[in-house]
Amino acid sequence: MTLPLGPRRLFVVVLVAALAGSWLAWRVFDRDPDPSVADVHPTAELIARGEYLTRAADCAACHNAPGGKPFSGGLAFKLPFGTIYSTNITADRETGIGTWSDDDFVRALHQGIAKDGTHLYPAFPYTSYTALSRDDAVAIKTYLFSLPPEHAPARPDGLTFPFNQRWTMLFWNLAFLDEHRFRSRSTLSAEANRGAYLATALGHCGECHTPRNIAFALRPSKEFAGTILQGWHAYNISPDKQSGIGDWSDTQVANYLATGHAQGRGSAAGPMGEAVSNSLQYLLPQDVTALVSYLRTVKPQLGEPGTAAPWAAEKTAGDPGSRIFEGACAGCHELNGQGRETPYAALTGSQTVNDSKGLNLIQVLLSGASLQVKGGTVFMPGFASAYSDGELAAVANYVIGHFGGKTGHVTADDIREGRSGAELAAISLNSSE
Amino acid sequence: MLTLTINGEDRQLDVAEDVPLLWVLRDVAGLTGTKFGCGVALCGACTIHLDGQPVRSCVMAAGGAVGRKITTIEAIGESDAGAKIQQAWLALEVVQCGYCQSGQIMSAAALLAANPQPSDADIDAAMSGNICRCGTYRRIRAAIKQAAAV
Amino acid sequence: MSETLATRDGPSVNRRAFFVGGAALVLAASLPMGSRIARAAAATFEPNAFIRIGEDGRIGLIMRDVEMGQGIWTGASMLMAEELDVGLDQVTADFAPPNEKLYANPVLGMQATGGSTSIRADWSDLRRAAATARAALVQAAAKKWNVDPSGCSVTRGMVTHAASGRSATYASLVPLAATLPLPKDAPLKDPKAWTLIGTSQKRLDTPDKVRGKTVYGIDVQLPDMKIATVALCPVLGGKLVRLADDAARQIAGVRDVLRLDNAVAVVGDHFWAAKQGLDALDIEWDFGPNAGLNQAQIVKGHADASSGDGIVARLVGDPETAIARAAVKLDAIYQLPFLSHAPMEPINCTVHVRPDGAEVWCGTQVPARAQAEAAAATGLSADKVTVHNHMLGGGFGRRLEAEYVGITASFAKQVPYPLKMIWTRETDIRHDRYRPYYYDRIAAGLDAEGRIISWTHKVTGSSVTARWAPPGMRKNGIDPDAVECAEETPYDIASLRVSWVRHEPPGVVTAWWRGVGPAHNIFVVESFVDELAAAAKRDPVAFRRSLLHKNPRALGVLELAAEKSGWGSPLPKNVGRGVMVQFAFGSFLSVVCEVEVSPASEFRLRRIVAAMDCGQAVNPDSVRAQLEGGLVFGMTAALYGEITLDRGRVQQSNFNSYRMLRMDETPPIEVHLVNSTETPGGLGETGCAAAFPALANAVYAATGQRLRRLPLNLPREATG
Repeated sequence: MTLPLGPRRLFVVVLVAALAGSWLAWRVFDRDPDPSVADVHPTAELIARGEYLTRAADCAACHNAPGGKPFSGGLAFKLPFGTIYSTNITADRETGIGTWSDDDFVRALHQGIAKDGTHLYPAFPYTSYTALSRDDAVAIKTYLFSLPPEHAPARPDGLTFPFNQRWTMLFWNLAFLDEHRFRSRSTLSAEANRGAYLATALGHCGECHTPRNIAFALRPSKEFAGTILQGWHAYNISPDKQSGIGDWSDTQVANYLATGHAQGRGSAAGPMGEAVSNSLQYLLPQDVTALVSYLRTVKPQLGEPGTAAPWAAEKTAGDPGSRIFEGACAGCHELNGQGRETPYAALTGSQTVNDSKGLNLIQVLLSGASLQVKGGTVFMPGFASAYSDGELAAVANYVIGHFGGKTGHVTADDIREGRSGAELAAISLNSSE
Repeated sequence: MLTLTINGEDRQLDVAEDVPLLWVLRDVAGLTGTKFGCGVALCGACTIHLDGQPVRSCVMAAGGAVGRKITTIEAIGESDAGAKIQQAWLALEVVQCGYCQSGQIMSAAALLAANPQPSDADIDAAMSGNICRCGTYRRIRAAIKQAAAV
Repeated sequence: MSETLATRDGPSVNRRAFFVGGAALVLAASLPMGSRIARAAAATFEPNAFIRIGEDGRIGLIMRDVEMGQGIWTGASMLMAEELDVGLDQVTADFAPPNEKLYANPVLGMQATGGSTSIRADWSDLRRAAATARAALVQAAAKKWNVDPSGCSVTRGMVTHAASGRSATYASLVPLAATLPLPKDAPLKDPKAWTLIGTSQKRLDTPDKVRGKTVYGIDVQLPDMKIATVALCPVLGGKLVRLADDAARQIAGVRDVLRLDNAVAVVGDHFWAAKQGLDALDIEWDFGPNAGLNQAQIVKGHADASSGDGIVARLVGDPETAIARAAVKLDAIYQLPFLSHAPMEPINCTVHVRPDGAEVWCGTQVPARAQAEAAAATGLSADKVTVHNHMLGGGFGRRLEAEYVGITASFAKQVPYPLKMIWTRETDIRHDRYRPYYYDRIAAGLDAEGRIISWTHKVTGSSVTARWAPPGMRKNGIDPDAVECAEETPYDIASLRVSWVRHEPPGVVTAWWRGVGPAHNIFVVESFVDELAAAAKRDPVAFRRSLLHKNPRALGVLELAAEKSGWGSPLPKNVGRGVMVQFAFGSFLSVVCEVEVSPASEFRLRRIVAAMDCGQAVNPDSVRAQLEGGLVFGMTAALYGEITLDRGRVQQSNFNSYRMLRMDETPPIEVHLVNSTETPGGLGETGCAAAFPALANAVYAATGQRLRRLPLNLPREATG
């Protein structure tokens, strides 16, 4: 009988197996446990705290579908390997989570496992929510259970094999789920630690703003370096002065978070607009300040140049982009981009117009923007259906050139690609339709 | 209670400050010369002046006009540019149905006040936000030039 | 002192005299602001429905036609002032009340302003009415002075008997004139004596419009009035199922929430409160049978129907046999979309329903229908419904519909106060009544000399006439509008068959849109004639010229347009010139359009040249203005106009998705008028109809690509 491997190779194989085994053991056992605790008794105070935390965690972003009741799910996520839908997290016993105990809810947020043992996909950001304290997770559940239960059956997923094999998430979690509660860092102030909790556990900012690896897991070394997601550019929010928000003042950052707009820095639109409308505008001022503090502490990340100084608009007569701008856009945005009727319409200084590729600009041109803030609704119509790809590319490049001071590189093909993600029907304020 | 200075007169108006100025002017102050056309700053029919600058009043919260000078079509003729514009409009018979013309005249008067010799490109830039369904654009352009020549 | 709505001033309704009688001496009760006080005021001479000469010097002209920007108040006033021998500055124009008997447009057979028929209807009627009135006043003077009427002349309302040196104003003659029988057959003025007709007069309505003083329907203000906006079921045929309005009622300024079986209105102190309230409603609709309707189904419905034979509108010779002999044969399918009107003044109406009657304030092209709608909605008899008409902020055919009056009245009868209903622009576009979709099959054959020896044109589309004016349908079932300018073209065609397949698409109501039948058929005919010219390898102007030898006036405008546009002279790269010619609405028009097509296939209008023979022009400047305006309106639709449906709903909503031509896209437009003394032809819709083929043919000249679908859009056309 011949041996398949020589002694040296056998040694290497055994060593690797031992290391892998140790690593596996480490991954399996290095976690904060979730001991079973009886369900808490709901009090008015707990519900109120839960409401605040639910907003801070922005559950609505995914669990509210347009036209549906709050938290009843149904929002579609188009992934490269198919479409999945958010679930009903109201207290409906049949179609929601009405039968779930506190333990069940905590397990979902911390481990990504539903009551019946099925694995959840990391589109649900349990990789961030795992850092939530049990108390906070239970407060959120208590608030959700205080709302009227809605009957809304889950929509079946449409994922291709092997991605529809949920049990394989076990391995993904082993590799990428850092199942620990938030721990304060001694290197950060108390305020920055609070900000870290708000950003990484509750607000899960990194789920959009941090790049992912090939397995679709976040890359911690690149925290807040910015990514492109569903056609939108979630910008670099690290303190890098060129590529990130390092040259923004604290007030500008705070205003942007709290109101969706910062003077000289532009307005939030698209998914960030929703984050402001649903979540950030409800944070207490001290929590906004804490977030800002934390943002200042992360490692600066290099990337595409960010916001530049305001640019004085020059008109190029006859250029099709300038023609469309003066007709359809200047009424709100003004020829010099300052935005007269509302500061939200100011274009100068915004990251959107400083991006030569114009990703977010394309989205906003196609679908418009709608920001619900305390003063009302800030609204821009979309122009997808009545303007051609070439026209929208021309306007985008005009805007980038005149308000961003850069050469825009938006092509008609870029617009065409952007259309598949964007709403083709114009946004209407007439919500009853 | 909002205090707004409209056409040189201080008016106390019982309305919340987030109501767009257009509706404060029309429905509360009773000045219906400023028109509603689209409600989303795409047509220019609602154009008024705020400290002499043209503004689409349908998307401007009335609170933002407090402490500033509001001028509407009813009083634009009292300004030099406004009077010239209105005269030229009549001389060239610009108007057809007339519904957009309050906004057109306000945009044109602001242009002329800021730029006494507007070129075609200047006129395009200042006026292309105002839609006219009756198609009076050529006459508007000619009338602005005529007013500038006075 | 603070001002709330409750203490605001009364209505800014135009003062007008209120007439209560026929052609006799009448007492006039005038209406000061906010109150009605009958006074024994000035007596009036009313020789007919149109003219009111007051003892107080007022010369009132009752306008049968509604002023919507087309200038008809000035034109009609010029006709009457001319024959009355008064200055245009001496007359006051007023709206005619609803009265089909007195104010029906004889061309249309009903009280309506539209179809470019006003000046054609007024040309004889109003001049005769005025001539008769003048003759009656002269008769009175002659009787008073005991002289021969033929010795009297009139200047600016002053009758003078030259021989005796006596004179009297019309005003002073009113009591006597009213007692005498009206003269018959009063002669019309000799055209050589005209001082107004044929000259460019200043319009009566524009001074107020320029000062922002004109009160449009949307501007009406009344004591205790409240303002509403409305949500109509997004799908035609649907119903309201459930409404939760608690959140709406909490909003500051919201006064009430009203419902109908397919609509909900929120009432507020001001429009914004009503709108915020509307947005806060939780409405559940049963969308009804049209909920799944989409554009592909609508197009397919028309395409399928178009294979039917339809009804023959006109048959000359035997085109099916003739085509066998043709040297050149061509056939094509043309498609035209639904179109929305989008007047700048969105749809609105104010109604006050009281137990004893109702009042309606609106802008309408059909006052009697507005009255009837309000009567039907309130259950009152029509004579209890007063309609106050206003200057229209654009009609274009939209305000030939009065359904919004009925809707407003249905809401208004639920409340005691005057209710002003304003539609948002989104509702205005989504709940419009649209120009029909058309699917046209056309084929022709030319002989070796390029003459058209066979021509068949089958139109498939909805019938507006069948719904809007059933007596207008022909006995053989043809809707004349569907084949207008298809069954008759300016050209010499040896044999032709024009037929129509009636197809009613679900989910929309179709209606009159500026240009009506001609705006549809002339696009098809003039594009196809251009295709024939290309197939025959002939220049488009030369080809048409050869077909117009029996139609000198059409030929005349073609030649004029070709000459003034420099037809045949070289053009820069990527620029093309297109030509078309039409006889529509009684007038002859030829338009040449220059368009530049960019490498990305975007169109830029460079120049438009129009040559018009409308017969005797009443106010030449008005003719130019109508042509300029109509061309812009038509070019807008030719480039961008399209209403499409998905899930039963109209997809377009505001000017971001229903796009308008703007000033920086509007080229120079030159209008050349042929001096003519022929009977006046219509104007308002001519330019609009001409725009579509002029542009399509220019695009062909620039690119070699024939576009058979509107709106004209190369990339979209290329991808189907």
